[in-house]
Amino acid sequence: MRFSGLRVLREGLTGNKGWAPHWRDPEPKADYDAVIIGGGGHGLSTAYYLAKNHGMTNIAVLEKGYIGSGNIGRNTTIVRANYFLPGNSEFYSHSLKLWEGLEDELNYNIMHSQRGLINLFHSDGQRDAFVRRGNAMAAQGDDAVLLDRDGVRKYLPYLDFDNVRFPIYGGLLHPRGGTARHDAVAWGYARGADARGVDLVQNCEVTGIDIENGVVRGVQTSRGAIRAKKVAIVTAGRSGQVAAMAGMRLPIESHILQAFVTEGLKPCIDHVVSFGMGHFYISQSDKGGLVFGGDLDFHASYAQRGNLPMAEHVMEAGMTLMPMIGKAKVLRSWGGIMDMTPDGSPIIDKTDTDGLFLDCGWCYGGFKAVPGSGYALAHLMATGESHETARGFRLDRFRTGRGLIDEEGTGSQHNLH
Amino acid sequence: MRLTCPICGERDRREFYYQGDAVALRRPAPDAGDDPWADYVHLRDNPAGETRDLWQHDGGCGAWVVVTRNTVTHEVLATVLAEDAARARS
Amino acid sequence: MRIEGKGLIDRSKPVRFQFDDIGHTAYAGDTVASALLAKGQRLMGRSFKYHRPRGVLTAGSEEPNALLTVGRGAAQEPNVRATMQEVYDGLEARSQNAWPSLKTDLMGINDLAWPFLGAGFYYKTFMWPRGFWERFYEPIIRRAAGLGGLSGQNNPDKYERAYAFCNLLVIGAGPAGLMAALVAGRAGADVILVDEDSRMGGRLNAETYEIDGMQGHAWAEAVVAELQSMDNVRLMTRTTVTGAYDQGTYAALERVNTHRRLRPDGAPLETFWRIATKRAILAAGALERPIAFENNDRPGIMTAGAVRAYLNRWGVSPGQRVAVFGNNDDAHRTATDLAAAGVEVAALIDSRPDVQVSDASFPVLAGAMVTGSTGRLGLTSVMVKTANSERQIDVDCLAMSGGWNPTVHLTCHMNGRPTWREDIASFVPTPGSVLGLVSAGACNGDFSTADCLAAGAEAAKAALKELGQKAPRASLPKADNTPYALSPLWAVPGKGRAWLDFQNDVTVKDVKQAATENFRSVEHMKRYTTQGMATDQGKNSNVAALAILADATGRGIPETGTTTFRPPYTPVSIAAMGAGAQGAGFAPQRLTTSHAISIEMGAPMIEAGLWYRPSYFPRKGETTWRQSCDREVGYVREAVGVCDVSTLGKIDIQGPGAAALLDFVYTNMFSTLKVGRVRYGLMLREDGHVMDDGTTARLGKHHFVMTTTTAAAGNVMRHLEFVHQALMPDLDVRFTSVTEQWAQFAVAGPKSRALLNELLETPVDDDNWPFMACGAVTVTVAGVAGRLFRISFSGEHAYEVAVPARYGESLFKLLVARAESMGGGAYGMEALNVLRIEKGHITHAEIHGRTTAFDIGFGRMISAKKDCIGKTMAAREGMIDPEREQLVGFKPINAKKELTAGAHVFNQRDEATRVNDQGYVTSVGFSPTLGHFIGMGFVKRGSERMGETLRIVDQMRDLETDVEICSPVFFDPEGGRTRG
Repeated sequence: MRFSGLRVLREGLTGNKGWAPHWRDPEPKADYDAVIIGGGGHGLSTAYYLAKNHGMTNIAVLEKGYIGSGNIGRNTTIVRANYFLPGNSEFYSHSLKLWEGLEDELNYNIMHSQRGLINLFHSDGQRDAFVRRGNAMAAQGDDAVLLDRDGVRKYLPYLDFDNVRFPIYGGLLHPRGGTARHDAVAWGYARGADARGVDLVQNCEVTGIDIENGVVRGVQTSRGAIRAKKVAIVTAGRSGQVAAMAGMRLPIESHILQAFVTEGLKPCIDHVVSFGMGHFYISQSDKGGLVFGGDLDFHASYAQRGNLPMAEHVMEAGMTLMPMIGKAKVLRSWGGIMDMTPDGSPIIDKTDTDGLFLDCGWCYGGFKAVPGSGYALAHLMATGESHETARGFRLDRFRTGRGLIDEEGTGSQHNLH
Repeated sequence: MRLTCPICGERDRREFYYQGDAVALRRPAPDAGDDPWADYVHLRDNPAGETRDLWQHDGGCGAWVVVTRNTVTHEVLATVLAEDAARARS
Repeated sequence: MRIEGKGLIDRSKPVRFQFDDIGHTAYAGDTVASALLAKGQRLMGRSFKYHRPRGVLTAGSEEPNALLTVGRGAAQEPNVRATMQEVYDGLEARSQNAWPSLKTDLMGINDLAWPFLGAGFYYKTFMWPRGFWERFYEPIIRRAAGLGGLSGQNNPDKYERAYAFCNLLVIGAGPAGLMAALVAGRAGADVILVDEDSRMGGRLNAETYEIDGMQGHAWAEAVVAELQSMDNVRLMTRTTVTGAYDQGTYAALERVNTHRRLRPDGAPLETFWRIATKRAILAAGALERPIAFENNDRPGIMTAGAVRAYLNRWGVSPGQRVAVFGNNDDAHRTATDLAAAGVEVAALIDSRPDVQVSDASFPVLAGAMVTGSTGRLGLTSVMVKTANSERQIDVDCLAMSGGWNPTVHLTCHMNGRPTWREDIASFVPTPGSVLGLVSAGACNGDFSTADCLAAGAEAAKAALKELGQKAPRASLPKADNTPYALSPLWAVPGKGRAWLDFQNDVTVKDVKQAATENFRSVEHMKRYTTQGMATDQGKNSNVAALAILADATGRGIPETGTTTFRPPYTPVSIAAMGAGAQGAGFAPQRLTTSHAISIEMGAPMIEAGLWYRPSYFPRKGETTWRQSCDREVGYVREAVGVCDVSTLGKIDIQGPGAAALLDFVYTNMFSTLKVGRVRYGLMLREDGHVMDDGTTARLGKHHFVMTTTTAAAGNVMRHLEFVHQALMPDLDVRFTSVTEQWAQFAVAGPKSRALLNELLETPVDDDNWPFMACGAVTVTVAGVAGRLFRISFSGEHAYEVAVPARYGESLFKLLVARAESMGGGAYGMEALNVLRIEKGHITHAEIHGRTTAFDIGFGRMISAKKDCIGKTMAAREGMIDPEREQLVGFKPINAKKELTAGAHVFNQRDEATRVNDQGYVTSVGFSPTLGHFIGMGFVKRGSERMGETLRIVDQMRDLETDVEICSPVFFDPEGGRTRG
């Protein structure tokens, strides 16, 4: 079924009786060309691009819960391409280009809103670092504009320019940065993949990975054994547990990242604003809630919930930067599980097991990567070669020290990125 | 969240700094070779369940503490001084 | 309609307030909701999507409809529940999300378009033409969405955060909570009793129950009075426990002054509490659920318990002619209470066919259901269907009850899932969900007053036992023990729209459509329909919605499961949780001892981490910072300059193991350093990258003082402790941060020694104080015992002199005055930066966490003779790859051209694209010494490319410059000036 305003009108006039499931609920087959473990954003987009770009349709996505139940359903919805190190630059640049056509591509309104993202800086040194970043973005062909203090004031007049603890020197504006409706991205890819014949199998937990003589043969699941020529582990948040089924240890430590949303408010924040000194970023959803977050809780955890110290720190940052939000009330807080790697950048790679692929380590930046990651992993699975935009995401970079992509410069302590 | 510093007693989470897995106590010999070193610096068991990790009571006495706790429930099972744990190893 | 003789309000204290600019009189003890209902005003808000007219649904914090904006100007507060806002003289409340007025809301047109605005409609449209989303659709949707508005001005009110500690936290002061607190309090336990309401008692204030022969509220008052007399019990009203966290930590929001216009001076509006307790008893009660039927959302339709609350607590009948509709015995109390108060009860409609009411003074319709309602801005009638008839009953208020949901929320904040109990058709807490917390009373599914009292007492006794305290013997007061019986009724069958989530306008149809479209998981349904995502977080609707989903998908309710309960229980203002941070309070401000005098001298102070440092010291006639900077550079190069360097980290290291430890944390040797000498050291992280650099002085055999960069001081201190405690526990060594204890000043320039010798008790010369010498123990500076180091960041003959911080200011003044008399003076960060770039000295602009010793040309500083932190990993192939970007200097080919930090480096003829990138510029400055800009940065294979001409491109600033790659040491490369 094709979605359109016309279709909504027609259905509305005929009692909304014609709507159909957005995807099927198939029984898992015994044998697939490829199986993707994990029905989150990355797994679903991988399935979609495998089917669309590479004609692989005898494939399944195995999801232990419901589709989109991982971090794609619990993030702050920011989409951007403002990285500065090779490896990241080309990847996120490509991902953003995919985002820009995604509604058309999926025939699903994912509400990608390129409202502009502003990273504030608070010293001459930070300005230099952001200029370096902006120049890297420009060299990649992406958009970046350096704003001075007055430039920021024009966009964000509500900041406390006079009393904020770390004065605002300026900002780096990324006009194409913005947000998207997170759940809809999962659903859109799910629907697109399903329409191309991909089996999306929910409530199907993978319990083992079958490997014979260094070659992957399939998986064991809560719904029986499934043979597969290729298997991809796309389970950010649980990467370590699933990889362990294949005998692998990963350079990953799992951490909580909290996020918050307030009650609905009339429009007051039109951009995505990021306050580096306070580890605070905020945007306003179309529904009116202020969606914001900060840094990790810092201790390894799978609890998907945070504690007060970081929650309060995030509020503090908001209060010094934009005290006009003081009377907004936090409605809900939640936590996602972040795959933190030793350089803060992800992994999309083959493994030592033939036919077994890995897509993990997205730290706190996986949402914006959903299209690009699926695109690149599908390419790798179908062709055996890394996609040109994801060649930097090698697993062996930690061992060799070659091609580390450490944007924060904080080194191998996982939680500092 | 609250942790018990073996020296100071039970304190709020915000007095502590977190580093990571207590594997950090098991520094390989300089000539141990690439694998043990790559493991030590990067690879983690990262269990969903009981784990041992290293915290510092930096808002208090400065002691490094090995905390045994559950990463799913956040239950804290034991805390010992890193110094004692390190001595016990050697 | 006010009912004489009823209510706990103070009729001797009239209160004037405004709603939508119309003045009303209420009584002390009223809420805005009760006061407006007393005036017959049922319309109080509009719904989110369809802008349906709405009145109160509840009498508590779970209110989804009657949301108001309170106050004006900067202090205006949106989304205040009319049911929670106590009236006070001068209160101004306004309705929201309606234009031009609450009665005539043009957006109400959405309600006519409802067939097109069902579940998830927006995912299927607004996609054409491409690119119109941001430009057209989204702005319209954003303007229409949202509830109340922020003022847009800085928050003007005071908020606070506080900690509290206790052994037993009792959450909720209804019968169960009061009883629990009483038992524990009498046993002498350290108790905090918290209640959301302004008045303790919970439902006892809203009911006509008797306890021990007293009115319920009177019993509660007596208990509260006894608790107040106990030193070991703290009572907190207007305080909502909003979250359960690890190890017995609870968050609570106290509305300290939201019920007053004038606050005592300095008192906060709200206080956010962190309560640490050993044990907790949850006695949070239960919330009544509505029943879904066609047009069940009209103003005048509310929960049956709310009607009783308005009647018994506030002496208000929400209608003149009231019908009651329920599926349980509890609803009958509403009819009985109303009738007893003289309010006309049009009918008691019970969906259960076999129900009987004895001595009813009103019509009882058993086996009947309300199937619809009329009244655009307020209820005028309900349609009632019995087994064999259908009739319309004129009423202006309908009290409905679908049963009660225990308030399980806090038990689920730590991933607990509640358990379904078929007999009460509700979820109850799963024991053990939150360690140390037990549930008692209605929140645990015990609904009668007697059961609540008993459960509260039992929970307290159990907690006391765990706390090692003896419970006193106590008999339970006598109370009502009527069993609670119901037969589930979630939605009345019908074709029209029947509301579940009132605020978000989610109807039974929407949930069914979601199921049809395969959003069958309860999380999918929630996210697709927005069910439960309104400001009440589904408190009024989630259970019914999932019952309908269960039905639509052919599953049971427990199998369908709930969505996740997340903190906070009720919304918490950002200002409260972030109290104290507004303005400068966000982070500590660290000031050097020369701070005040620097400001006096006119220096602009700039942030350096948490510290403030002078940027430059302007002189009369100078119009730009560059003029000042150039002059200050000249002081150091030609005479003598003075600069406060106290912000650098200073770590005192003592003990027989000190030298061995330093050998292990630095790449180079320190055990060979002679007493009285200083050495530059490079420190790596264990992953082989540079962590920090600085000088360390050996003051004695077992005594060193380490200097770190300002930025890394904390990290290095922690690192030293780690290396010692975790890796070398047997070394006898101790570290003390003495950054704050010593004020330290650089005295730099050809005349630095001459200046110092005027102040030192024992003059220094090249023999007794050669380069890199330091005061073995102490030197006497201007009569004060201090330390002297002959070290140089500027590349000149220079010293750093340190004195205890209390002498810092006077020494700085003295040094500056002497320097000025010698043709020099104070210099700031700008000059310091130029001086260090001229000498090629690195800072964290260069050692930014991605650089190796190899990159900065310090590969040979990693001693081959010993192990050190980071040594092994620094030797990885990728870390010493000649292709890496290496530290170089940049000189503009055209001496007039500017260099900018952050610019990227390209080969001269290459386009400025990522694939052509050769490196980047990290630090620049105009060198008055050389007469042109100089820069440092990193270039691929940089060390091999000296003399090569490259192009730097700064697209952010629209600058391009050809540069020559050179050594980063621009000035005095042989170092003669430093040593001489």
